[in-house]
Amino acid sequence: MINWKSIFTYVILSVAAFVSLFPFIWMLISMTNKSVDITRGSLMPGSNLFENLSNLFANYNVGSALFNSFFIAIIATVLCLIVSALAGYGFEVYQSKGKDIVFTILLLSMMIPFAALMIPLFRFFGNISQVFPAIGVDTLYAVILPYVTTAFFVFFFRQNTKMFTKDLIEAGRIDGLSELGIFFRIYMPSMKNTLAAAGIISFMNNWNNYLWPLVIIQSPENQTIPLLISNLGSGYTPDYGVIYTAIVIGTIPTALVFFFLQRFFVEGMTGSVKG
Amino acid sequence: MKLVRSKDLLGWFFILIAVIFITLFYFYPMLQALILSFQSGMGVNLEFAGLDNYRRLLNDPVALTAIRNTFIYLIIQVPVMILLALFFSVLLNNPDLKFKGFFRTAIFLPAVISLVAYSVIFKYLFSTDGIVNKFLLNLSLISEPIEWLMDPFWAKVLIIIAITWRWTGYNMIFYLAALQNVDKSVYEAARVDGANSFQQFFYITIPMLKPIILFTAITSTIGTLQLFDEPMNITRGGPGNETLTISQYIYNLSFEYTPDFGYAAAVSFVIVILTVIFSIIQFRLRGDKK
Repeated sequence: MINWKSIFTYVILSVAAFVSLFPFIWMLISMTNKSVDITRGSLMPGSNLFENLSNLFANYNVGSALFNSFFIAIIATVLCLIVSALAGYGFEVYQSKGKDIVFTILLLSMMIPFAALMIPLFRFFGNISQVFPAIGVDTLYAVILPYVTTAFFVFFFRQNTKMFTKDLIEAGRIDGLSELGIFFRIYMPSMKNTLAAAGIISFMNNWNNYLWPLVIIQSPENQTIPLLISNLGSGYTPDYGVIYTAIVIGTIPTALVFFFLQRFFVEGMTGSVKG
Repeated sequence: MKLVRSKDLLGWFFILIAVIFITLFYFYPMLQALILSFQSGMGVNLEFAGLDNYRRLLNDPVALTAIRNTFIYLIIQVPVMILLALFFSVLLNNPDLKFKGFFRTAIFLPAVISLVAYSVIFKYLFSTDGIVNKFLLNLSLISEPIEWLMDPFWAKVLIIIAITWRWTGYNMIFYLAALQNVDKSVYEAARVDGANSFQQFFYITIPMLKPIILFTAITSTIGTLQLFDEPMNITRGGPGNETLTISQYIYNLSFEYTPDFGYAAAVSFVIVILTVIFSIIQFRLRGDKK
């Protein structure tokens, strides 16, 4: 007997997988083609990859954009993991009425849209520029600072800390570890899945961030990858081969981060859903 | 007693850095935006203007168009995406399914590409002589190319297709994770009682996943209310202002036109108020059905 239900399942999932993958396949094929062939809709890989790469690196600041994006994403992610884990741990392990009120207030910040913050933040960093130009307008630090932690990550770590065995804390205290020692030597190593999941989300958010760098970055040498791609894409005489090459290069880091940490990601997510 | 007190103090130390950062980069600028929205003037020369900005907002056709567009995206895109994501997660949760890892990864993959990058790709895929039109023409589904970027209706459809492509897999992962915690015996029992797949979906899966559906509905709503990268890079808000969003209008008011920070701040409060309203509605919806 033909199992219509399972045929239906495979057909639906195959169509969904095709639609999801097609833009990726298209950009990978197109990075090897000449602009004319791409316009013609060629689905065959060409031999223009090397030329697209050399045109891209010769005519645009890709090297510095890659460096800037890596710098921002790595520093912001490391700071985010430490600061948010400390807070999530603090709220859960040293629970008190006062802290619960503070936690609820922090959660409200998740409802604040970035569009409302960008003008005051722009002016804030303008003022900082007068005193500390090194972290003011048009610097990579100005891109990083507002994303060091958000209420989402504090919430995420608190939820996952609920599954952390509290007996380990007592054991650490008996062994004479300080409270911070317990946090760094017992808690952090046992939260690998949570750290990986939060790390992926933070890295991707920072790597892909567009609006805030668009507002705060002015000079071409401080451009990030999304700013570069956006500029390439808004040109009037686009060289499609070069643009798709830039997009592929800009997507490789987040794709790699995801593939290497994917296992932890699903487990870390499961933890936060259970809580 | 003393020990307990010192532990409590230590707890405050753990949360201190996060509290400082969130206050400095969220609550403080939010307060500034509120003050700014009662001021008027170009650039840095601002003076108190009372409710002028809000009055201007109600009579500003561009602002009203941006609000309408954002609403259209929200009301159509969020439910479509959530239903699709739920549907895929249920199909993928089938224990007998082969190539599960492939399907899951493929459908999730759009979530790894940056909003700007996929927006630029979509702009080209959906151009008048782009591959999507060629594909539809070859299948004879359409007789002439659709003007995805030039037609007010199709441009909105394109933005909705784009966001749905980018976020469905992302939301699906949340549902998949939650489905793994649903007791299989519930479905067994339902099957014994003669419930078909649709009944199982609507009477078991959706109620069981309600908390996580609510969570994704709220985050998607907040995200869509702030939509910026896609209209900016796919359509530039055009044709006319037919795909312009509120965030994009705020950006234009602040950084594209002669800077009018006071009025831009007032417009940004539209998003704040809508976010609060939608969050309350969604929490209420959960309360009522319980």
